[in-house]
Amino acid sequence: MEIVNITKSYDSSFVKQVEKESGQNMSHCYQCGNCTAGCPYTFVYDQPVNQIMRLVQAGQKETVLKSKSLWLCATCESCTTRCPNNIDVAHIMDVLRHMARREGYAPVPTVKSFWDSFLSSVEKHGRVFEIGLLASYIAKTGRFWTDVDLGPKVLPKGKMHFKPPQIQGKEEVQKIFNRFKEESRK
Amino acid sequence: MSDSLNYAYYPGCSGTGTSIEYDMSTRAICAKLGITLNEIPDWSCCGSTPAHTVDHTLSSALSARNLALVEKMNLSTAITPCPSCLTNLKTATHRMGKDEFRDDVNKLLDTPYNGGVDTKSVLQIIVEDMGLDALKSKVVKPLKGLKVAAYYGCIMNRPPEVMNFDDPEHPMAMDNILTALGATVLPFPLKVECCGASFGIPRKDIVMSLSGKLLDAAQDIGATALVTACPLCQMNLDLRQDQINSANGAKHNIPVFYYTQLIGLALGLDEKELGIDKLCVSPRKVINDIGAEDAS
Ligand code: SF4
Ligand code: SF4
Repeated sequence: MEIVNITKSYDSSFVKQVEKESGQNMSHCYQCGNCTAGCPYTFVYDQPVNQIMRLVQAGQKETVLKSKSLWLCATCESCTTRCPNNIDVAHIMDVLRHMARREGYAPVPTVKSFWDSFLSSVEKHGRVFEIGLLASYIAKTGRFWTDVDLGPKVLPKGKMHFKPPQIQGKEEVQKIFNRFKEESRK
Repeated sequence: MSDSLNYAYYPGCSGTGTSIEYDMSTRAICAKLGITLNEIPDWSCCGSTPAHTVDHTLSSALSARNLALVEKMNLSTAITPCPSCLTNLKTATHRMGKDEFRDDVNKLLDTPYNGGVDTKSVLQIIVEDMGLDALKSKVVKPLKGLKVAAYYGCIMNRPPEVMNFDDPEHPMAMDNILTALGATVLPFPLKVECCGASFGIPRKDIVMSLSGKLLDAAQDIGATALVTACPLCQMNLDLRQDQINSANGAKHNIPVFYYTQLIGLALGLDEKELGIDKLCVSPRKVINDIGAEDAS
């Protein structure tokens, strides 16, 4: 774990922004560590979730926003359910992820590419088109499909559609995305 | 009574593809149990995990479009089999209780949504609206001898303020259903531990580790099958079971059912209708052994 000099870079506007976007009071966290004890993802995090909470309290914007943990959190809600101070920790993790995205951090590029491919599929078709999503993910990451062994398992089951879904409200869904993009530019 | 068991139905995207057997078995058992499912006409994707990782207004708008469609159907309750869809629908409802947030969401929508639709899982209405006694009275082929672990996944019941159903740490709804069907339900310590969720494609290593633990635990307690209520969990545990075995040097061969498929079997429905043949790890032996007088 990295050692952070907290007196150097305290950013009070960062703390306020996190509190505003999440509706949570950061000072309620007394670092009991319950969230981390129940977090199934600590083994892949660079900062355990209680440490993220502490770093936000200490206004360490950059250290927090560049953390891989934000992108590996599965929103499993264990932390939120178990926090003795009723802090919605998973909500804070989500909000930090939004902020990291806005500031251009993507320390786990495969995860971001996957989420982006998923949403483009929804934007385009109104529902997820699984094969199209995979193709777009592979194109985005320039990776080979690491699941080729699954092909022979899935294909004979007749679960995968080779044509995208067709729904009438497709344009309505596209408009949701367009208006969202407009609003975020404001 | 069947009059009251009338709901708007949201299948969710995976129900039309990778978890088609969940949708098939849900429809089949509801028809048999006198539960009327009215599919929401022209429903769209709820945005799943990716939408809420980008923005909460966007995520809630994708859900709210569907809730607005339900309002038009004059039905008060929408149900879905998928916990991930359910979380999104419920979270949207919950957050849209605040005026400012609701206005922001409605700015993104053609048809604004102003609340009033209740959302529940299919699991919840079977347990609460129909009831276990009514279910039990319709069992024609008890699942005698079937030893199962019921795995709920991480978000079916959490966070409790949003999901409002069953116990967040130790849920019992599926355990109770399976017991009513005549199965032997073993105490499963990892009921609500995360399986690796949607990281199967971008970070397969995570799923290998987390889902691997679930399979190990199921084997340790002597379960011959796992039972799930979530399309992502089912896919991680079933479709990826061989990958998990190779990654962890294990030899699991545990079929992973949707709880709706087991209800269907106990109601005497045809396997084909329940999509039993869609499962990757073959459940043949486990199903054949049901009801066979145990040699022990
Ligand atoms: S469980 Fe709550 S109080 Fe304890 S460290 Fe985590 S966020 Fe802070
Ligand atoms: S929601 Fe995220 S941070 Fe919280 S326990 Fe789950 S994975 Fe960990």
